[in-house]
Amino acid sequence: MNRNQYDNDISTWSPQGRIYQVEYALEAVKQGSAAVGLRSKTHAILLALKRSSGELASYQNKLIRIDDHLGIAIAGLTSDARVLSNFMRTEAMKSKIMYNRPLPVYRIVSAIGDKSQVNTQNYGRRPYGVGLLVIGVDETGPHLYETSPSGNFLEYYAISIGGRSQSAKTYLEHNYESFADADVDELIVHGLRALHATLQQDKELNTLNCSIGIVGQGQKFEMIQDVDLQRYLDMLGPQGTGDQAAASQGEAPMDTE
Amino acid sequence: MDHFPNYWGMPPQESFDRYNIFQDKTKNNAISDPTTNTKQPIVTGTSVIAFKYKDASFGSLARYREVERLYPVGEYTVLASSGDFSDFQYVKHTLDKIMTKEYYTNDGHILGTPHIYEYLSQVMYHRRSKLNPLWNAFVVGGYHNGEGYLGYVNLLGTTFQASTITTGIGMYMASPLLRKAVEGHEDTLTEAEAVDLVEQVMRVLYYRDSQSINRYQRAKITAQGVEISPLLSAPTDWSIGKDLRGYQ
Repeated sequence: MNRNQYDNDISTWSPQGRIYQVEYALEAVKQGSAAVGLRSKTHAILLALKRSSGELASYQNKLIRIDDHLGIAIAGLTSDARVLSNFMRTEAMKSKIMYNRPLPVYRIVSAIGDKSQVNTQNYGRRPYGVGLLVIGVDETGPHLYETSPSGNFLEYYAISIGGRSQSAKTYLEHNYESFADADVDELIVHGLRALHATLQQDKELNTLNCSIGIVGQGQKFEMIQDVDLQRYLDMLGPQGTGDQAAASQGEAPMDTE
Repeated sequence: MDHFPNYWGMPPQESFDRYNIFQDKTKNNAISDPTTNTKQPIVTGTSVIAFKYKDASFGSLARYREVERLYPVGEYTVLASSGDFSDFQYVKHTLDKIMTKEYYTNDGHILGTPHIYEYLSQVMYHRRSKLNPLWNAFVVGGYHNGEGYLGYVNLLGTTFQASTITTGIGMYMASPLLRKAVEGHEDTLTEAEAVDLVEQVMRVLYYRDSQSINRYQRAKITAQGVEISPLLSAPTDWSIGKDLRGYQ
């Protein structure tokens, strides 16, 4: 058997300068289903693909509201995400009570970064197995951040995490320059296209396996789920195989109907 | 009936040390006596007045000759205090600490006037809930999101915001004058009028507040930031004094 000597715990380096346990935690994020985030000058949105364990089961929630101005999408271990979202809610509440100020987005994201990093340096601990997309609005405008189990966090124009998220990333890289001035509907259609790119060949987006989160300047965090999604799926148009990629190259997103 | 066991068997207190100025070591034994908190302020300052005009403004009157009780917190906020001076120093230190932390976080967010006011209010209410209040009445004034902001908080944790705020004896003497001059005219009152008003009110306070002297400072907070004046004097007129009869 090909056993790795250096991956037994978090406090062991490999001779190549790697910490395997952290890398395994990053893999846990990729096991989760995809989540996509986009940002314009006024809004930030999240889209996520929900999974169900079978015909008889419900779909697992992927979006969590933190506060009126803050929300997250998760990919990876849901139970770890609950720990982090509880922490975020507590911090948001503290900021409101102590300073009468909605929690600035950067502060909560860096606090999560610090929390995650501690778990990668101390013997006997394990890293979180979840990656987050954090969207929020504060006095400096809308923001979109990605956090990961390693303690890294980065701000993005648009980003995707989770299973098969590379295809969504490719779509976003081709189109992100038009996001800044896009309105909410255009942003959502772009997001749905990116999310659609992560699907397997025979799968389609529908009102059950998809959810959207929106926050904007003067607009509280809001989740769009179930029947309310139909309007946006209609805008997306027929979810044919090659057509999506063709439509993505420059054509106005609202013309797809 | 004297309800304080410490006094039982002692001579009557009526005439001696009514304000508890002299610490009597026999009465305050660290081992057997309960913890004691502040029961009265020691070094004090008297009224603060504040009102909004086209921008926002402040005045204050000092109990001691040159004790400054206006303190800038950040770029657009001034804290003014009446009451205990050492508690004021403690609050200044506390606020400086959070503003420093805010600064080095360096993410484009700095606590504005409403945020500082909320924090101070929470501190004041927390301390009164521990039965160990900070013995002050504070006015927090500033400029935030294009508007003047004035808030009051005192040792009980009582808070309110208004376009005119006064503390101490100024609540009785200065409030009516300020309200008449300011309320409803916040957007039209000019700076020159505001400066005159401060001087007029400060003069009235000096005439009537027996614990005051005619020295005061004025802070102005606008979109350009905070300006705190050097110590000023309210001109007074005692010429009617020679006509008074009946006093020695």
